[in-house]
Amino acid sequence: MAAAQGGDAPAYQALLRECVPVIAASARRQGISPDRVDDVVQEVLITIHRARATYDPARPFLPWLRAIAQRRAIDGLRRHGRQAVREVYDPIAYEGHAEDTTEADDALDAQTRARTLRASIATLPPGQRQAVERLSLRGQTLEEAAAETGRSKVALKVNLHRAIKALRGKLGGREDAGEGDDV
Amino acid sequence: MSEVSRPDSPSHDRLIERLTAELRPVRRVSPGWLAVSWLLVVVLFAGYLASMSDMHAMMRRLMAAPDMWLAALGSALTGVLAVVAAFMTSVPGRSTRWGLLPLPPLALWIWESGMGCARGWHLPGVHDASFGDSDHCFMFICGISLPLSLLLMVLLRWTFPLRPNLTLALGGLAAAGTAATLLNFFHPYDASVSDLVIHAVAVALVIGANRLFGERLFR
Repeated sequence: MAAAQGGDAPAYQALLRECVPVIAASARRQGISPDRVDDVVQEVLITIHRARATYDPARPFLPWLRAIAQRRAIDGLRRHGRQAVREVYDPIAYEGHAEDTTEADDALDAQTRARTLRASIATLPPGQRQAVERLSLRGQTLEEAAAETGRSKVALKVNLHRAIKALRGKLGGREDAGEGDDV
Repeated sequence: MSEVSRPDSPSHDRLIERLTAELRPVRRVSPGWLAVSWLLVVVLFAGYLASMSDMHAMMRRLMAAPDMWLAALGSALTGVLAVVAAFMTSVPGRSTRWGLLPLPPLALWIWESGMGCARGWHLPGVHDASFGDSDHCFMFICGISLPLSLLLMVLLRWTFPLRPNLTLALGGLAAAGTAATLLNFFHPYDASVSDLVIHAVAVALVIGANRLFGERLFR
């Protein structure tokens, strides 16, 4: 290890290879199941690499290695314990689980929906269009919209209600849209 | 059974080759030297604070009763031994019993501070720290602990603590104990109960903050 600290790659490679059975034995002693011993061995090898500057050549190597191996085995057991509590093996649930990341065609779908909505809003009577644009799209309050448009709050509310009903009809494919004219 | 963990297992082989390819010479980390470096900065800082304080007044006050200087000695030793313990537990292969090192001076510090409070109750005319004064202590301990903790974190980055929680709690204790010791330069009154509680809260806060924020540094 002292040679490895100085950058001696062949010595380091030989050392890591010799460490593998020691780590595996330590992991098994800690109660790691045989199918998970390999994972722990790899984690310990990576930890040895990252912690190699902390080895003191004046002290024996094995206690340093065992301390790392035991700690990583305990970490592995804890992680496995947590996973066992939190996760169940259920292939059907896994298959049926909706993807929560953004799919490539999600953006296209969103664009198409937005375009359709904009086109539908454009066909509304001016008062209803105004109510939708100000109250729903821009998020203005009734007071703000009333002050800026000069319409009463009641008129804006009725227009919005009619506009939403009309849009629902248009976008839902029904032709009996339009409950009435602007107020 | 050990077929999965043979040294010539292809996955281990690949990993070992990759780690070997990444091998660069490293400078050995000595926990003792790191602790000494931290303490050296603290001594320089203490010297600076001492130059700004009334040392004679401080010595008179500390010598007025044994519990005063024993409490100061306890907090100072807690700081020194806690930082040694923090660095010793930060390298693999060292015993976790190093974590017990600061406990005796910590007990002395707590006991003697408590004795100071008890004396304050019995003696008439002793100036009790008000909550306003305690406020100053709280800010001082937290304010001084912050740079001390940051320096500790920077030095701990060289190490590889396998039990980061223990190491960080010891680091927090070192910073808080040192800050409480340095507070003696600017603490012109005896400890009262409210003062002691504020000290304890500040120390606990520093230890908690070290554990909370320091853990992110290590993984």
